[in-house]
Amino acid sequence: MATSTPLPPPGATAPPGRRARRSTLLHRLDLRAAPYAFIAPFFVVFAAFSFYPLIYTCWISLHHVELSTLNLMEWVGFDNYTALWNDDRFWNALRNTFTIGVISTVPQLLMALGLAHLLNYRLRGSAFFRVAALTPYATSVGAAALVFTMLFERDFGMINWFLSLFGVDHIDWESNKWAAQSAISSIVIWRWTGYNALLYLAAMQAIPLERYEAAAIDGASRWQQFLKVTIPGIRSTIVFTIVLSTIGATQLFGEPLIFGQGPNGITGGADNQYQTLGLLLYEEGWKNYQMGRAATVAWAMFLLLILLFLVQRVLRRLLSRTS
Amino acid sequence: MGTARRTLRNRIIATVAAAAALGLVAGCGGSSSGTGGGKKDGKTVITMGLFGVMGFKETGLLERYMKEHPDVQIKTDVAGDEQTYYTALQTHLAAGSGLKDIQGIEIGRAKELVDTQADKFVDLAKVPGTDHFLPWKQGQVTTGDGKVIGLGTDIGPLAVCYRKDLFKAAGLPTDRDEVGKLWAGDWKKYVDVGKDFKAHNKDPKVAYVDSASALFNAMVYGNPEQFYNEKGDLIYKTSPAVRAAWNLSTQAATTGLTAKLRQFQPGWDPGLANSTFATTVCPAWMLAHITEKAGPANSGKWDVAKAPRNANWGGSFLGVTEASPVKEEAKKLVAWLTAPAQQEFLFKKLGNFPSSQKALASPAVQDATSDYFSGAPIGRIFSEAARQIPDHQVLGRKDGTIKDIFGQGLQQVESQHTAPDKAWADTDERIQKAVG
Repeated sequence: MATSTPLPPPGATAPPGRRARRSTLLHRLDLRAAPYAFIAPFFVVFAAFSFYPLIYTCWISLHHVELSTLNLMEWVGFDNYTALWNDDRFWNALRNTFTIGVISTVPQLLMALGLAHLLNYRLRGSAFFRVAALTPYATSVGAAALVFTMLFERDFGMINWFLSLFGVDHIDWESNKWAAQSAISSIVIWRWTGYNALLYLAAMQAIPLERYEAAAIDGASRWQQFLKVTIPGIRSTIVFTIVLSTIGATQLFGEPLIFGQGPNGITGGADNQYQTLGLLLYEEGWKNYQMGRAATVAWAMFLLLILLFLVQRVLRRLLSRTS
Repeated sequence: MGTARRTLRNRIIATVAAAAALGLVAGCGGSSSGTGGGKKDGKTVITMGLFGVMGFKETGLLERYMKEHPDVQIKTDVAGDEQTYYTALQTHLAAGSGLKDIQGIEIGRAKELVDTQADKFVDLAKVPGTDHFLPWKQGQVTTGDGKVIGLGTDIGPLAVCYRKDLFKAAGLPTDRDEVGKLWAGDWKKYVDVGKDFKAHNKDPKVAYVDSASALFNAMVYGNPEQFYNEKGDLIYKTSPAVRAAWNLSTQAATTGLTAKLRQFQPGWDPGLANSTFATTVCPAWMLAHITEKAGPANSGKWDVAKAPRNANWGGSFLGVTEASPVKEEAKKLVAWLTAPAQQEFLFKKLGNFPSSQKALASPAVQDATSDYFSGAPIGRIFSEAARQIPDHQVLGRKDGTIKDIFGQGLQQVESQHTAPDKAWADTDERIQKAVG
C-alpha cells in the first residue's frame, strides 16, 4: 500500500497541473480515508447486529408490545422500568444471579489456581493433562447441563443413589433452593475451571524462574513462593478472569434453563428459586410474550454490566496504586 | 443535482436491500419467498408447520396422499415442543414471513389466534365434506362472524389409567368397571380412594397419583367456563370450579398422595418405567406415551377405567394461511387429513381420538381395544367420555400460560411445602403479570 509514502513537500518543483493536483487529492484521500475503509466492515457489522438491536430494544422497552401483535406498540414511557423496579421477581432474580455467581465463581477460580499451579510443575504427560483440563470447556452447555441434570435427578439420579449409600435421604435437587443453586453452580464450575486454569498457567509460565530461585535462596517455602511470587506475578490475569466470570455469571441462562426441564426451567423452579436475570428475560419474552417487559429486563442487565465494569475499573485503579 | 443525489441514494438503498435479501436467503434457506409452497414444474408444493406427534408424517398418511396425488409434494417442518412452535408461529404471523401453507394450532392457543390473527387464516367454513365434526370442536376456532380458521384433528376425552397389580396389593378392586364405580361422579371420591390406597399400600416408594396438576387440569377442563368467561374476563379468582379443583389437588398434595412428578418432564418417564405411581389421569392421546415409556415390562399391568367426570384435555386443529399461494390445494389436503377415515386410522395407530362425529360412531373406533392396557375397550370408554364433554367450552387467550402457572403453584405445595393459601396468592400474582 502507498499509505506510508510521505506527501511531497509543499511548493515542490512539479508544475501544479490539473492532473497532478488530482493525483495528490487521490493520494491524500488514500491516506486519510483508507484506514477508515479498512475498519469499516467491523463497524458496519457492529452497527447492524449490535448497535441497532441495542437501540431498538431500548425503543421496545418504552412500549407495551406483545409478540403476537408486534405491529401494535403502545407508548408507556418508563412504566416498564418502574414496574420492574417494584417487581419482587426482578430482585429475586438479581439475588439468585448474585448467589449462583458467587457459589460458582469463587470455587471455580480457586480451583483453577490450584490446578494451574499443579500443571506448572514438571510432570510426565503434561500436554495430556493440559488438554484434558480444557475438554469440559469444549463441551456444549446443552450437553453438559443435560448430563448433570440426569445426575441430579431426584428418584433415579446417580448422585442421590451415591448419597443413599451413606444414609443421606433423597435430596430434591430441583425444588430445594440451595440444592438447586449448588447443582447449577457445579455445572458452571465443571465447564470453566479448566479454561481459567490454562489462562493462569500461561501467565505463570511468563514469570521468570530467577524470582523463584531468589526466593528459594532466601529460604521461602513452596507455599510462600506461591503466595509471594506466583500470585503477584499473575495478578492482572486474575483480574481478567474475575471480569470474565462476572460477565458470564450475570448472563447465566442455559444451565438453569436446561436444569429445570420444561416450564420449570423458564421460571427457574416453581418458586423461582433459581431464576436468573437471563431466565426472567426469557420468561417475559417467550412465556408471557410481553416483549416490552422482556426488553426492559435486557436493558436492566446491560446497565448492570456497565455498573460492574465501572466498579471493576475503580477497583483495578486502587489495586495498581497499592502495588 | 437533486435527482442525482436521489439516484445515488436509491442505488445505495437498492444495494443494501439486495445485500439484506441475500443474507435472508442464506439465513433462512430460501424461505423468504412467501410460504415455500407454490407450483413448480407442474407440481404443487404444499408446506406444513406441525408440532409434537400429530401423526400425519409418523404414520405415513402424507406419503399416501402424495401417492394418490402424484402432482402434489408435501414438505413438513415439525417442532418437538409446542411452546417453541407457537413462539415461532407468532413471530412469523407478526412479521408476515416464514409462514407455511398449513399450520397446526393447539387448543390452548386457539382463542388467541381467533381473536388476534383470524385475518391471517383462510376461512374453512365452506370447504366441502367438512360437516362431520363435533359441534363444540369447530366452535373453538370459529370467530364471532362465523369464520372457521381451522379443521379439528383430535380431541382429549379423559379416563383414569391405573395399575392393577398395585391396586391389588393395596386391597382395592382391579376390575375396570368396579374401579370406575369407586369414584364415579365425583373427583373427591377419586382422592378418597387415594387415601384408602395410601393406608393399605406397603411400598413407600409408590404414590397414588403422579402429579397434583394433572388432577387440577382434569377438574378444570370439565367446566364450560374455565379461566375466562364468555366476555373474555378472567374469572379464575371467583370461579367455584377452579377453587374446588385447587382445593382438592392441594389436599392430595399435602396428604402425600402424589409422586410429585411433572408430567411430560424427564422425571415422569422413569416414574412410569419403574412404577412409582398407581394412577394417572389420562386423555386418549396419553396412552401412546404410557405404552412407550412404561415399556414392555409393564404390559398388561395397566388398565383403563372411566374418569369420575369428563372433560376435554388437549386436541389440535389444522389451518391454512392467507399468505399461501396454493390455498385451494392446501384446503383439500387439510380436509382429507381431518376426514373420518384418516381420523379412524390415526386413532388405531396412535390413539389420537377423533374429533369427527362420523369417525366416532364407526365400528373401527367403537370396538377398539388396547392389548397393552389389559385389553381395555378404549374405543367404548373414550367415546362415552367424549359424549359427556360439555357442548360449549369457553376458551381464553392465555389459557395455556395460565394452566402452566397453576401447575407451578401446585408444585410449590407439592415439593416445597408452601402453604396452599400462600401458593394461591403467588399464582394469582403471576397470572396478573403474565396476562397484563
